[in-house]
Amino acid sequence: MVKTLKGIAKWSFVGLILLFIYFPILFLTVNSFNQSDYIQNWTGFGWEHYAYFFNFENEPIRVVGQTMLLAVVVAFLSTLLGTFGAIGLFYAKKRTSATLNALNRIPVINADVVTAISFALLVSFIGLDKSTYIPLILGQMLLCTPFVVLSIIPKLKQMDNNLYEAALDLGATPRKALFSVIIPQILPGILTGFLLSITLSLDDYVIAAYTKPDSFTTISTHIYGLDKNNIMGAKIKAAYWAFTAIIFLIIVLVVILSNVLAYRKTRSKKR
Amino acid sequence: MTKAKFRPRFSRKMLAIPYGLFLLVFVVVPLFIVLYYAFTNDEGKFTFEYLKVFFNENGEGLKGFFSSYNFKTIMRSFFISVMSTIICLLIAYPIAYIIANCKLKNKSCLLLLFIVPMWVNFVLRINALKELFVWLGIYNKSNAWNIVNTIIGMVYDFLPFMILPIYTTLIKIDKSYLEAAKDLGATPAKAFIKVTLPLSKAGIISGASMVFLPSMTNYVVSNYLTSRNVKIVGKLIDDYFTGDLWHDGSFIALLLLLFMFLVTWLTGGFKEDDQSVARGASLW
Amino acid sequence: MNKKQNEQKIIELIDVCKQFDGVTVVENMNLYVRKGEFVTFLGPSGCGKTTTLRMIAGFDMPTSGKILLNGEDISNLPPNKRPVNTVFQKYALFPHLNVFENVAFGLKQKRVETTYLDKKGNKKVRFEKIPKNIIAEKVKKALEIVDLSGFEKRSIATLSGGQQQRIAIARAIVNEPEILLLDEPLGALDLKMRKEMQLELKAMHKKLGITFIYVTHDQEEALTMSDTIVVIADGVIQQIGTPENVYNEPNNTFVADFIGESNIFSGVMPKDGQVRFCGKSFACLDGGFEKDEPVDVVVRPEDIEILPADASPLKGKVTSVIFKGMHYQILVQSGRYEIEIQSTVAPEIGQHVSLAIKPDGIHVMKKVFRVNRFNGVITKRNTVEFGDGEFDCDVTQLYPGSYLDEEGYLITAKGEKLDLTDTEVNVEVGLHDITMSDNLDEGGAQGNIISLIYKSEYYRYIVRTENEEDYVLACEDLWNENDLVSLSIPKDKIKLSLKVKEGIQQ
Repeated sequence: MVKTLKGIAKWSFVGLILLFIYFPILFLTVNSFNQSDYIQNWTGFGWEHYAYFFNFENEPIRVVGQTMLLAVVVAFLSTLLGTFGAIGLFYAKKRTSATLNALNRIPVINADVVTAISFALLVSFIGLDKSTYIPLILGQMLLCTPFVVLSIIPKLKQMDNNLYEAALDLGATPRKALFSVIIPQILPGILTGFLLSITLSLDDYVIAAYTKPDSFTTISTHIYGLDKNNIMGAKIKAAYWAFTAIIFLIIVLVVILSNVLAYRKTRSKKR
Repeated sequence: MTKAKFRPRFSRKMLAIPYGLFLLVFVVVPLFIVLYYAFTNDEGKFTFEYLKVFFNENGEGLKGFFSSYNFKTIMRSFFISVMSTIICLLIAYPIAYIIANCKLKNKSCLLLLFIVPMWVNFVLRINALKELFVWLGIYNKSNAWNIVNTIIGMVYDFLPFMILPIYTTLIKIDKSYLEAAKDLGATPAKAFIKVTLPLSKAGIISGASMVFLPSMTNYVVSNYLTSRNVKIVGKLIDDYFTGDLWHDGSFIALLLLLFMFLVTWLTGGFKEDDQSVARGASLW
Repeated sequence: MNKKQNEQKIIELIDVCKQFDGVTVVENMNLYVRKGEFVTFLGPSGCGKTTTLRMIAGFDMPTSGKILLNGEDISNLPPNKRPVNTVFQKYALFPHLNVFENVAFGLKQKRVETTYLDKKGNKKVRFEKIPKNIIAEKVKKALEIVDLSGFEKRSIATLSGGQQQRIAIARAIVNEPEILLLDEPLGALDLKMRKEMQLELKAMHKKLGITFIYVTHDQEEALTMSDTIVVIADGVIQQIGTPENVYNEPNNTFVADFIGESNIFSGVMPKDGQVRFCGKSFACLDGGFEKDEPVDVVVRPEDIEILPADASPLKGKVTSVIFKGMHYQILVQSGRYEIEIQSTVAPEIGQHVSLAIKPDGIHVMKKVFRVNRFNGVITKRNTVEFGDGEFDCDVTQLYPGSYLDEEGYLITAKGEKLDLTDTEVNVEVGLHDITMSDNLDEGGAQGNIISLIYKSEYYRYIVRTENEEDYVLACEDLWNENDLVSLSIPKDKIKLSLKVKEGIQQ
């Protein structure tokens, strides 16, 4: 009896927190079907916001597109730099390795604002032109690459250190050994780093705000800069509710799908 | 046997060079630029005036210091940050504990439920929370509500960063420790306090450091949820920079940096281990 | 050793040293391996045997010295350019490749020099990949050799430990290396598997005819498999010889102790053919020592015979008898010596017996010098007299937790007050803890340098005092023989221990 009470208390706590986490998003999802641009007055069910969002004449979908393009570019470059960085760091002499590790940790622990403004100061110091997109890309790489390194290092630790030597022993050049043995072994880490970089880049507001060209906006900077009292602003914002709902739906589907796949896999193994 | 040609041989260590240079140019050099700006004026002369701002805005001396705008902002952020961290911990620890010790086969699936919302853009999520506040009628209601809303926003945003590292340390604890403690006569509560809690310390520290500093500086949250009525350190820096007061901004940034280094050093965060991967790396 | 085999040295190490961060792991190693030989590097973990193997493979470069392969210096050749292949301790099979791809890995890297005729009919040379069908054929053959035909498509994760081991061997031998290096390859297998693989490896060595260099810490493995055993300890070769040689005629106590069971005694050689230990004289076959030179005496437990109580001068009482399957392990206490004996007949515990050792069962060897040992006496001033000198020392180390009071009495942890004057103690001083000075007023003892030997990092000196006490010490500076020097030792480097009186248990 006491045990079941405890169990009820436990799981209702979990449920409550899940509600806290999901309610705002569900709330937006419901409102994305509101015909009105304002949450306070429900004027009826409709697909207007979705229509607005998917119209390429309008800003939101273009912003989403260019944000994603930026994320892919940044993630690709960060993964490239971070993968080789992690391998180099891992096999460097102890002191070099420790120093690089500590430096790698600074952007991770540091407040984003501080990273952003110190990077912006450097950009103005060396006179880089923001409209070249180079500051934006470099800035976001600064945010992402340390995480790529951090997701690859555990894989390097797990790897049998003799594998690389075995490849050399069998006549492979160091370069060949790197690409045919080490890289395949740490591939899961590289993939994690890449996906992580994409989410970090998509999520970033501060760095983009300080380094983006004036003509360019990302999802974050766009929403943040919207003027809520402007009718256009309200319309665009409502379109983003639709976008939120879509993203949420996709995530839910992906999670369910991956779970079903995992379940099938364990079942087929049991047979 | 061919004679070995003399040329620098490729080795794995050399791969560290590009990233090392990257870190040097984009991490180390900017820190020194911040340091430079923090202690020079527009003419490039050495100065302490940005420290003095703390003192002479509302009169000289300590009284002026305590009532200065910057000091008050820092204290406000500090309060918000401490509250957010504590609330995050109070929610995250039980959640992580329940998931880690539940009898479900697919624990990571349950964990995933807490992390999935992170994949929605952060500004969109905060926007969602704001619309909810508006609907509930607590948006921009009073100063007290604004502080509360900011804290709710920080907790909402950073909770997964606290759950993940605690979960990772809890799941790693060998069950036989607890069995040994119970075998030696400890009550479940005592076993928790004496065994589980100390063993999960690393996760708590890692999680706290992932919540604390961001809650002091993430001004998107505070601005969005309070109609720009609650100012935190991050916003202070942002205001200085958008107002072209780079030197003042750098000084505050330097304070934050020092604080970051102090906390990290105290918690041993610069040492090589994989705790702080927590901020998302284990998301995947 | 197979005498018919070619006497050509396939690999030779000359004065090879290896240091990691200033710590010497391999010291002045000199050895060669003949073509076709099965050589084992045997030693405890951390002795430098694996490092030596890694230097031959090319994974580590020697700090100094040379490695010759067929007479050519390969010291700085990277591993991928050496005709040497390695079987790793944990196999190091590539988990992302299947069995075939693993075995074929080395062949795919190879480029074969081929001559061809170009359009104009000129002979030209180019490097070509090995054709796929030849690779497939060679892989098939290699898998046959290790008894795993038909495993080509299997993934590494589905193989058992023993099978992975065989694949690792196949992967190495398919390249037809001149030397096969095996780094504790059987360490991860269970006992039964290990025994089987030992025999198989030995058979494979015979069939393939390539040189095997094998690293292990298992003496039994070394004895069963090798043509030649190289015993290594602390980065230094202790002995090179055939298994019989190393077992029956160990060079020093380390080898004796490490290979097989043995009783090791301290003794002296009064004359050739006679050695004194355990307080008795024994006839032996060894000679060539100085008169009354201190020596170590090694006696294998199976070389001792148990006789009735009065049959032999070495008497004792049986304290333990343990059945070991093939024989009994018996412990006999004789005075303060405990002697281990193996016998197929078991005496009774408590029985009084006497022990006999045949001359060929006694192995006499020079004492290996590690620390200076002296007999000392504590003086009134709480200093210690030994080796013809007097030195400051810390007497409180004799009794844990003790301290000195103002009057110089020692107060033990239990609060007892002791006067240490005239207490006899054992004194130990390390080689590196003694410093020499030409200022004769310094230091606690004086003497002349009677010998110096260059030891790559330092010189080893022997300093003899007036009353013929010897100090052995290490010093980086060069002194001359016959120099009169004074010796000083830091207070904390003098290790004292109480002498245990015979028959009295502490």
